[in-house]
Amino acid sequence: MSNLRILVATKRVVDYAVKIRVNAAGSAVETANVKHSMNPFDEIGTEQAIQIKEALVKAKTGTAEVIVVSCGPAKSQETLRTALAMGADRAIHVESDEELQPLAVAKLLKAIVEKEKPDMVILGKQAIDDDSNQTGQMLAGLLNWPQATFASKVELGDKLMTVTREVDGGVETVKAPLPAILTTDLRLNVPRYASLPNIMKAKKKPLAKFTVADLGVDIKPRLQTLKIAEPPKRQGGKLVESVDDLVDKLKNEAKVL
Amino acid sequence: MLRSATSTLRRVAAAKAVPVQQVAVRSFSSSMASQNVSFGLNEDQLAIQELARKFTEDEIIPIAAHHDRTGEYPTELIRKAWELGLVNTHVPQKYGGLGLGVFDASLVSEELAYGCSGIQTAIEANGLAEAPLIVAANDSQMKKYLGRMTEEPLMAAYCVTEPGAGSDVAGLQTKAVKKGNKWVINGQKMWITNGGKANWFFVLAKTDANAKTGQAFTGFIVDGDSKGIIVGRKEQNMGQRASDTRGITFEDVEVPEENVLGQVGQGFKIAMGAFDITRPLVAAGAVGLARRAMVEATRYACDRKTMGKAIIEHQAVNFMIADMAIGIEAARQMVWKAGWLKDNGQRNTWEASIAKALASDVAVKSACDAVQVFGGAGFNTEYPVEKLYRDSKIFQIYEGTSQVQRLIIGKGVVDRVMK
Repeated sequence: MSNLRILVATKRVVDYAVKIRVNAAGSAVETANVKHSMNPFDEIGTEQAIQIKEALVKAKTGTAEVIVVSCGPAKSQETLRTALAMGADRAIHVESDEELQPLAVAKLLKAIVEKEKPDMVILGKQAIDDDSNQTGQMLAGLLNWPQATFASKVELGDKLMTVTREVDGGVETVKAPLPAILTTDLRLNVPRYASLPNIMKAKKKPLAKFTVADLGVDIKPRLQTLKIAEPPKRQGGKLVESVDDLVDKLKNEAKVL
Repeated sequence: MLRSATSTLRRVAAAKAVPVQQVAVRSFSSSMASQNVSFGLNEDQLAIQELARKFTEDEIIPIAAHHDRTGEYPTELIRKAWELGLVNTHVPQKYGGLGLGVFDASLVSEELAYGCSGIQTAIEANGLAEAPLIVAANDSQMKKYLGRMTEEPLMAAYCVTEPGAGSDVAGLQTKAVKKGNKWVINGQKMWITNGGKANWFFVLAKTDANAKTGQAFTGFIVDGDSKGIIVGRKEQNMGQRASDTRGITFEDVEVPEENVLGQVGQGFKIAMGAFDITRPLVAAGAVGLARRAMVEATRYACDRKTMGKAIIEHQAVNFMIADMAIGIEAARQMVWKAGWLKDNGQRNTWEASIAKALASDVAVKSACDAVQVFGGAGFNTEYPVEKLYRDSKIFQIYEGTSQVQRLIIGKGVVDRVMK
């Protein structure tokens, strides 16, 4: 009988479909009054945890408890509710209005891991707002746990996970003993919709709150953003008369030859 | 005279100093003591709306044009919607449903109709068939006929209209005669949504030719596989072509006594009572269609350039879109009010009629103007608005024509003013 405890980390980010803009001060992306949702890779992570639970129950070999956690301001609870509505069992909100960089999040998650003692921590490979691709790896380092990142397939054995990873050169399969860190990539699964009955049920599921002080973690940013700017506006194209003209322009104007 | 005018002005100015919310509560407190008015959605309602919106975007919009072209029934899509709990939302929790109120259900209806009102009508028709049961069925009828709707993705149909009687419900000819411990139904129904897909029908039949309208009819639950039910061909309609509309003939169809809904003779009242639940939802569908028309027209107008600028900047075009917004916002508030009243146990017939009359007119005008904004392209099937125009017309006809709605509204005004 295997009873797994899976911790899934989620982040509330600007919705992928929004056309983002730099704010008036030029200091950050404008996030006020802009649609937010769960980071798509975290949706995949939540889905994977629920699928693992369903597989165990179906095979009658055990079950899993899926705990979803998010670090951020009060509105992060919306993200947690979405995960609960998808099928997570309970939620943890680490509340903070401060900027939380990947190292700070990894330290906060480490504190949660020490409280909850999960067998697996699943994170998205990166958040679509900062594209850091660091938190999972840093958490593994802090915990001294094995990690399998960019997962496109996961199989669980006895206290062991076999993960197919998508890497630059192709596909790689690794085995790691639990407890371990997993970060999700796009092709791992297709997240389910939260059904209406589950949305209703989610309200009754437990949601625990912690502050950064409760967890005794130093979240001071280590990185400072110097400048944010929109990409240069696309210039119009030019018609060229001949191949010689084209080569000349590529060499002397575009300077790519 | 001057003094009374200034003292009135002073009173009005003093009243203005009070926060608007407080004034609203005070004026409602006499009739709706503990019910707070809110024009916003709570967390649950936002989640419901978000689910319906996402489902529409991902599942309905990509296939709507195909089902419109072919008339193919969207069985697979309805099954997916059913799995998410977006179908049969009113069925009480006791029978496996969500027991959503009219307000919450209207959020779903608007979103689905935004994607395709034909598909939304097919789904809504289940609610229409179920409404008389929710109003008047006993526990075992609910268990048998509502329970099964939440166990499998079945469809049901509301069977009242006939070839000779639509608005004139009193003129229905379908008869039900008691023979032993069974009822035998004979007659012809027409324009029955889900007619070809229904697992069971709610049928209104005349049981007493000599009684007044209010006592002459009885509602029956009829199993779809009953002997003697002849399902006609799928009708080719102007719009909402994904929906399945048919004539149904009842030839000596036997119905057991236990399938009588409520009491014999109560049928008319039950059939009309169902509309208090469903009219706001049909109106919500019209709002969804109108909103789609507005969004498509706006996107096109911001892109298309004539005479040196995007056509959205030409006031003639801009004002058409502004009028769409005026209609949509107003109609939605009436839908919400009609739903809120029903959910709070109040009579909502008048408000539901206003919502339906307004929303249907808004839908037709918005869709018509959307075609206009698109110009020549609007007339073409490669662009989404001609379908909206074709789909919109039926909103002024089914679920009570715009003329019948005005009969109800006009009578209601007299009742309110002259009481």
